Amino acid sequence: MSILAVRDLSIQIGAARPVDGISFAIAPGECFALLGESGCGKSMTALGIMRLLPAAAQVTAGSVEFEGGDLLALPESGMRDIRGGGIGMIFQEPATSLNPVLTVGRQIVESLELHSPLRGEAARRRARELLDQVGIPDPVRRLDEYPFQLSGGLRQRVMIAIALAGAPRLLIADEPTTALDVTIQAQVLDLLDELRRQQGMALLLITHDLGVVARMADRVGVMYAGQLVEEAPRRQFFSQPAHPYSVRLFAALPDANRRGGRLATIPGSVPSAEARHEGCRFVERCSEVMPACRASPPPWREVDGGQRVRCFLPGLPPSVAAIVGAGETALAIEPRPLLEVADMQVHFPIRRGILQRVVGAVRAVDGVSLQLKPGRTLALVGESGCGKTTAGKAMLQLIRPTAGSVLLDGVELTMRSTSELRPLRARMQMVFQDPFASLNPRLRIGDIIAEGMQALKVLKVGAGDTAAMIGALLEQVGLRPDMADRYPHEFSGGQRQRIAIARALAVSPQLLICDEPTSALDVSVQAQILNLLSDLQAELKLAYLFITHNIAVVDYLAHEVAVMYLGRVVECGSADEVLRQARHPYTQALLAAVPRVDGLRSEVPKLAGDMPSPANPPAGCHFHPRCPLADEGCRRSYPVETRFGATHVVRCFKAT
Amino acid sequence: MGLSVQPVLLWSDALLFVLIGVIVGLSLWARRQDALRAAWARVLKDGVAMAAATVLAVFVLIGLLDSLHFRARLPAQAGAAASYAVEVNSALDALLSGLRQRTEKTYSAPLATHLYSKEALENSTQREFPRLKHGGAHLGENTVGKLVGHELDIAVRLSRGLAGGLALWLLLVAVVRQANGLDLRALMKVGAGGSAKSAAGGAVLITLLAIFLLLGAAISLGGGYHVFGTDKVGQDVLYLSLKAIRTGLLIGTLTTLVMLPAAVSLGILAGYVGGWVDDLIQYVYTTLSSIPGVLLIAAAVLMMQVVIDTHPDWFATSAERADARLLALCLILGMTSWTGVARLLRGETLKLRELEFVQAAQAFGVGRFAIMRRHILPNLMHIVLISLVMDFSGLVLAEAVLSYVGVGVDPTTISFGTMINTARMELAREPMVWWSLAAAFSFMFALVLAANLFADAVRDAFDPRSSA
Repeated sequence: MSILAVRDLSIQIGAARPVDGISFAIAPGECFALLGESGCGKSMTALGIMRLLPAAAQVTAGSVEFEGGDLLALPESGMRDIRGGGIGMIFQEPATSLNPVLTVGRQIVESLELHSPLRGEAARRRARELLDQVGIPDPVRRLDEYPFQLSGGLRQRVMIAIALAGAPRLLIADEPTTALDVTIQAQVLDLLDELRRQQGMALLLITHDLGVVARMADRVGVMYAGQLVEEAPRRQFFSQPAHPYSVRLFAALPDANRRGGRLATIPGSVPSAEARHEGCRFVERCSEVMPACRASPPPWREVDGGQRVRCFLPGLPPSVAAIVGAGETALAIEPRPLLEVADMQVHFPIRRGILQRVVGAVRAVDGVSLQLKPGRTLALVGESGCGKTTAGKAMLQLIRPTAGSVLLDGVELTMRSTSELRPLRARMQMVFQDPFASLNPRLRIGDIIAEGMQALKVLKVGAGDTAAMIGALLEQVGLRPDMADRYPHEFSGGQRQRIAIARALAVSPQLLICDEPTSALDVSVQAQILNLLSDLQAELKLAYLFITHNIAVVDYLAHEVAVMYLGRVVECGSADEVLRQARHPYTQALLAAVPRVDGLRSEVPKLAGDMPSPANPPAGCHFHPRCPLADEGCRRSYPVETRFGATHVVRCFKAT
Repeated sequence: MGLSVQPVLLWSDALLFVLIGVIVGLSLWARRQDALRAAWARVLKDGVAMAAATVLAVFVLIGLLDSLHFRARLPAQAGAAASYAVEVNSALDALLSGLRQRTEKTYSAPLATHLYSKEALENSTQREFPRLKHGGAHLGENTVGKLVGHELDIAVRLSRGLAGGLALWLLLVAVVRQANGLDLRALMKVGAGGSAKSAAGGAVLITLLAIFLLLGAAISLGGGYHVFGTDKVGQDVLYLSLKAIRTGLLIGTLTTLVMLPAAVSLGILAGYVGGWVDDLIQYVYTTLSSIPGVLLIAAAVLMMQVVIDTHPDWFATSAERADARLLALCLILGMTSWTGVARLLRGETLKLRELEFVQAAQAFGVGRFAIMRRHILPNLMHIVLISLVMDFSGLVLAEAVLSYVGVGVDPTTISFGTMINTARMELAREPMVWWSLAAAFSFMFALVLAANLFADAVRDAFDPRSSA
């Protein structure tokens, strides 16, 4: 007997059909994961179940049965009892899903008063219990705090507490950890898992992250273009994915084994929700196409042991030949570093009072030293707020460092004026995180790419050659030259990121600072961009400073890794040294927190708590409040560098 | 032989034509911008917006006709050089010369045949309502001196006018049908867009029907009567109302023309450059906006009036003097009203400045002003446009208020404000004279309502959140 049964649910928005005939069931206490890339209809399915669809959308067919009753037939007043009471929901962005002007306690009590007879002091006591249950330290004080006083992880815990207030039998979690750091993500996932076991609550988990699925799910449903294409128990799904799309999703994941090789990509893009399909929806991107695929939609086929797939292919699809790289390419490494950063600091003053006196400083970057050689990739890793983006911008002199030196090919940058820097700007460029914010929507692609060439006067030839150069650049990043006349809004996220890369390449830089260039992209698109970056490096001998929080990408791409915590580099060395033989407890915890696709759990204890504020860092070693090994010495003074081998440097007293 | 008229280009005319040229240029440019074209296409599909635009277009047409100024040639003496009248008239004056010249002695009610107050008649000791010189002059009298067929005449003229308007409209519809016969089929192919577009077309046609009916009735009745009565010195109130349209339009548009460069450049500078530049600009506009607006304007207008009065030699005609005063008023209103837009643009610039495409430009070493011009300004244009259209109606109303207080346009300039100002006395009379206030009110109401409805539609079309 299932607690939730969705049958043939279809949702229509105008001519588009974001959800087109979805059926699945969830048993009590089970965790079912809906997996898919952005735009495949996952969230719309969840909103359809809760009947919270936007005004323009409507359910055109199907039924949603919750504990035997049809939700779609309920009157709105009945539905209100189900929402929160029967089915709870938590959303992706904890910053916007709490009301900023009400205290945390008020918001939990509100939910309690709706779904339970508790009032007044009793409700408040229950709210405290709930906060305690979701693992918020000092719950009595937190009850009277406002959401802005809480960190992202705590806010998501409060969201979960509110969802639990109605004692729901089913919890829908829509990308619950996408906006959180890995260490916090691990905490929240553990919490959800524990609550599920304790209360026998079913969980519908919506995510795009295979690692999260491997960590949490009992069963997995893979969505593609508004339909489920595969449904399987977790173990089977991860050991033998049955749909070509699932197989390719796995192949697109970057990891160390594929280092130096190319990632498998899925050609093309997800068909638009307005498209009408004759046959299989994946047919345009599939490598195993048969004539039958185009003629009619494939029926469900049992593989075995509860695994079903919508594919005509008999048996399992061949695994995609993931081109295993030769490991490190034996490049002749030049001895002289291209970029040399020594003791760089970026402090932002905190001003208070009428006279705006400086009362302190946010030490965003507090003494960072790095070296990067030509043609190599250095990954700067750390959680959000650790200062890695600020460090990247300070190296480019987009933010002026407060102290320290930045040498580019032996030339000191920090002392130069804006006009003196201009000739050097052609040698270092940046690729930004958000491909939707990094291109001016009012300029044509050609003008965007030409901007740097004009500003830096790289062009010494006539205008006809500009167009030719832009065309060549577009081809270099895998776009067509005739796209130069279009505007950014006509392109997808991955294409926009290619344009951003072409813009940076236009001035032929030697150093490219990539600030989370793939974090806004889907897995299959991420693989395309990573392939492009490694091709360009091989071709142009570019040096990359790769700023990211994605350890898998680092493992695939980086030659050297530097781990940042609260404005300082705590460990750096070659990728193998840092990722395989991590010495710093923070690095170890960071690596352990990454959910692994193979579902293995590591032995290293997970980190508790959040990163302290850079305005007020702890005395001694910054990491000691969260460190399991900390002792008196760690509290007193900041650790000096300890060297292990020629390149591996760790700042920890306990490192051995 | 010279021309029979000498064209006169007042400063405000010149600026108005420049403004129209700029608008035409901008719309040609906007046609090539995909995003702008899509937004304007949404406005074009909005029935209410298109009806409002039709009404606005009629007002603009009247205002433009009133901006073609000339001096008529006087009957020349033989041998003497051609000389021109001192009075400056406009094309609208020429069109409405009947209305303009048929002045009565003093107040008369709408469509009346007699004056509004009794006067001692010649050859009589009795005080009577004297006959009007023009209103209903064609009506015959019976033996007792009573007018014959006044009501009947009005009814006949009214129905004739309405019929004329209807006929003209039907003709127009037929012409449109004929032309659209091809168009409709083309629209069918495009698909769903066709129905919305034809709905907007219907709204335009219905608005035009109302306008034609009113126009027909006004022309037909105006031939024999004063449709809105006459004012204290016997001028036709309908004529005054039509003349006031130009003043309102000028104030609404030229003020924004004056204000815009300051508002845009200061707003962007404050937001992008920051630091002491931001402090200075913020200081200026907080100071400006903390002085009561009317007070500031009154002080400026009074100073300007003194300057104009002490230099009578600057102006060849009284029309030029009135025009200078009107322009000065636009300038003063503009100098005091840029703060709102500048503040809005500063806030938006602060947001844009942090976006990655601006940082990318900085990473290329693109200069500050180039970034402001290429990256900031184009992304602010929708806000500028929205606030322009929204401000227009506010400025038309502001003129009325200022003229009412006595610090507005030159007393010889006909405007809604001056009409309302004189109505102050008229309403205090017994019996009350209500028609000039009513006429000014209904014309201004139509103009401002149309502008507001149009502004709403423009805002909706350009608001990224409301576009599906």
